[in-house]
Amino acid sequence: MSIDCPVYQVQNLHLSLADMTQKSFFGSAPQINILKDISFDIMKGEVLGIVGGSGSGKSTLGRTMIRLLEPSQGRIFFEGQDITHLPEENLRPLRHRFQMIFQDPMSSLNPRRKVGRIIEGPLKLHGFDRISERMAEALDLVGLPRSFQGRYPHELSGGQRQRVGIARAIATRPDFILADEIVSGLDVSSQAQVLNLLADLVRELGLTLAFISHDLAVIRRLCSRVLVLKHGQIVELSTTERLFEAPSSDYTRELLNAIPLPDPDQIWATN
Amino acid sequence: MREHRKKTKQRLGIRLWLSGGWLLVLIAIALLAPWISPKNPLEQDLFAARLPPFWMAGAEPGFWLGTDSLGRDVLSRILEGSRIALLVAFIAGTATCLIGATLGMIAGFYRGWADRIISRFVDIWMAFPPVLFAILLVAVIGTGLTSIIIAIVVIDWTRFCRVVRAEAMTQGQMDYVASAQVAGQKRFGIMIAEILPNVIPTIVALLTLEMGIAIIVETILSFVNLSISSDAPTWGGMIAEGRTSIYQAWWVLIFPLIVLFLTVLSFSQFGEGLKDRYDPVLR
Repeated sequence: MSIDCPVYQVQNLHLSLADMTQKSFFGSAPQINILKDISFDIMKGEVLGIVGGSGSGKSTLGRTMIRLLEPSQGRIFFEGQDITHLPEENLRPLRHRFQMIFQDPMSSLNPRRKVGRIIEGPLKLHGFDRISERMAEALDLVGLPRSFQGRYPHELSGGQRQRVGIARAIATRPDFILADEIVSGLDVSSQAQVLNLLADLVRELGLTLAFISHDLAVIRRLCSRVLVLKHGQIVELSTTERLFEAPSSDYTRELLNAIPLPDPDQIWATN
Repeated sequence: MREHRKKTKQRLGIRLWLSGGWLLVLIAIALLAPWISPKNPLEQDLFAARLPPFWMAGAEPGFWLGTDSLGRDVLSRILEGSRIALLVAFIAGTATCLIGATLGMIAGFYRGWADRIISRFVDIWMAFPPVLFAILLVAVIGTGLTSIIIAIVVIDWTRFCRVVRAEAMTQGQMDYVASAQVAGQKRFGIMIAEILPNVIPTIVALLTLEMGIAIIVETILSFVNLSISSDAPTWGGMIAEGRTSIYQAWWVLIFPLIVLFLTVLSFSQFGEGLKDRYDPVLR
């Protein structure tokens, strides 16, 4: 597949959910528009950053892309196939081709399953061969010793747990991975390790990734293009370089200014 | 740190051993009751009525825990009564658990209309006073072991349903459920393979608790004479009989009461002990 074939095409996506806090005693709850008219493509082999403040709709956008949520308007194409309103049964055979890494590794790993079985889960569901071999390979790729397959998630550290989450996502060799705030629950040194690992995997496996974060500094390390969301709308979509050199919107500038710098006088544009 | 951990484990072990040991002894007694009972539990002998237990003056050899007002051997009746108590505990407890937990899982995991129907049903159900309800039920369908078991199931399934529903709901919010969906797991598969293992410890603890409660409900029904026929020795029946002669023969009331208390306590402690011992998350 050539580099310019889009893995994902998102066109005029809208999503609204019922606002139960505003629901009157009689009648239906008013709708809140969470995503408004979002269009973008993700190319094969690309790492797209999705940033925005809390409540900007970035996680919702991610979860809509892998159809944990159903959009109210617009269309989503995955490798040319319209998956916007595809029913779950028809979606299931496609599921191993887009995976997700979750924000909170404690909650996303079943506490009563051993690491090995957690990673094998998606492989078994989709009838892969050489399951234990693939599981062991995935552990190798994320830099965890193979002996960890016999451990329970609560026996691991935060960074190790997140590695298990990554191993589960890459085990099926998906065409697309959604990484939702995957380092925000980790301490700074584990953050760096997990980010380095992900950068290596992107290079080695040629992963296509949507990387959701509220932290532009993290985005900058990993992503080739950045999509900035504010109140459910795209305020900026450009290459990472251009975004850091010449942010076109005020909101992006605000986010850039929020990055804590080791040297407050450093100018991003000089490198 | 290591030593500390070891200590905790040992203490939990003792709880499990004591409660499990008592229950095992009880099961053995129930199985062997006809052979190990020193006397025939139904045999009346008015000349040997209200004999005190062995250490008191006036006791007769062979009647270790004394006799009741009809001269029946208290020890033999307790041993024989353990059969009905355990039968009720296991059958009624398990049936209650199966029905309540299944409905609770469905309500808590699938939510939507299934949840609305089941939850409203539970709310209405719980508005009836339970013991009155049981008495009414036994009065309508007649006395006997089956009626008692049905009565207990009918009263207590709501307890399971509520707790399991809440637990399934909490677990359903966790990301590992979303993760299983992303992996392409079917809804039913998620419920069985992902949620259930996380709800099982709660179910086991509730189940053993319920077994204890089943014995108590049986006792209450015996107390109001709605259990098995008054001839058949049940702990509840003995306590009810003992109440009438508490000043003349306290032992008729006290000994079954102690056995009942230890059994119910053991059931609940056994459940907790199992949970602490075998739950990988707590271990």
